[in-house]
Amino acid sequence: MAIEVRIPTILRTYTGGAKAVDGTGSSLGELIADLDVRHPGIADRLLDNGELRRFVNVYLNDEDVRFLQGIGTELTDGDSITILPAVAGGAK
Amino acid sequence: MRYDSPLQAVGNTPLVRLPRLSAAVPGNEAGLVTLWAKLEDRNPTGSIKDRPALHMIERAEAAGRLTPGCTVLEPTSGNTGISLAMAAKLKGYRMVCVMPENTSEERRELLRMWGAEIISSPAAGGSNTAVRVAKELAAEHPDWVMLYQYGNPDNAGAHYATTGPEILADLPTVTHFVAGLGTTGTLMGVGRYLREKVPGVQIVAAEPRYDDLVYGLRNLDEGFVPELYDAEVLTSRFSVGSADSVRRTRQLLAEEGIFAGVSTGAILHAALGVGRRAAAAGERADIVFVVPDGGWKYLSTGIYTAADTDEAVEALKGQLWA
Repeated sequence: MAIEVRIPTILRTYTGGAKAVDGTGSSLGELIADLDVRHPGIADRLLDNGELRRFVNVYLNDEDVRFLQGIGTELTDGDSITILPAVAGGAK
Repeated sequence: MRYDSPLQAVGNTPLVRLPRLSAAVPGNEAGLVTLWAKLEDRNPTGSIKDRPALHMIERAEAAGRLTPGCTVLEPTSGNTGISLAMAAKLKGYRMVCVMPENTSEERRELLRMWGAEIISSPAAGGSNTAVRVAKELAAEHPDWVMLYQYGNPDNAGAHYATTGPEILADLPTVTHFVAGLGTTGTLMGVGRYLREKVPGVQIVAAEPRYDDLVYGLRNLDEGFVPELYDAEVLTSRFSVGSADSVRRTRQLLAEEGIFAGVSTGAILHAALGVGRRAAAAGERADIVFVVPDGGWKYLSTGIYTAADTDEAVEALKGQLWA
């Protein structure tokens, strides 16, 4: 089961510069564990005590996983995951 | 409607039904889903930011923090600075804005027009960097007053007191409120108000997602979450990229004749997403979404007249558009 994971610039040192990589897993937690096998160290940058770090945002098909089931969010084939640093949005 | 001074003409903006876009929501043949646009471009300086800017100033005056001759400092990507500068001009304050250098020329021109001084912050890091630079300046100039929209409860308070009640009065059947996530003031203020009054109302955030140029090499440990932000107020949060934002901004213009800024496209994209879900579930939905400003300040990007979405997205590359 392949899920596309978009990687922010700051984490591309773990992916050999790749902007997007494929991963597998039936939940976000499994996916991150899978990524860490091929890109050792990346999980530690995303998680703290098994939860997403405060300034790390993860989106499943553009929806923030914190409003889904967080790290337990279920994934299915063809889903797209985007990892982004938290930012102050525009000042609209 | 009659007002006694320009500053009193803030708020009371139109809420308009969008018949064509509502009908175009997939699965909405039964007409259960209706989209409503809250036209905040109708405020005195042309954006929703007139509400919090004026409210923050008046509250600071009432508290004795802001007195005649004061210098007001604010990190802004444009609209808040423009609103504050207008109020500062009329009230006799000096205005200093810290603004990322990758913002449109129109914003700079408008700030200059109102007499504001602009300190540019580096493009890398966008608004986060502007906030950091402003905090440093505030520390260097303890006599300057930083109203600080990202952490000032009066920012959200303005929307709790005005935007929320206006929406409920115009549309008591509202089921969803969709707005952009920047300082989070609009979502926190309107969200809290509607949650108190409308059981089950959904509060949906549309967060702009820029290209890599804007995020740059920001360290994940140095992220920024506005002090005002309380995730408990939201029911969902969507990240919307430049392509979807530009496409929806152009669609709103083409189908409903509404000439809006680019962040409106991101908000509309999220609104259409929740509309599609409601239609698929066979649920009635009255979805209110915010039009934070008009398209005037973004004309120089060329996105409205570009041949297609791809060309428009290319024109916007590297710019902070929300």
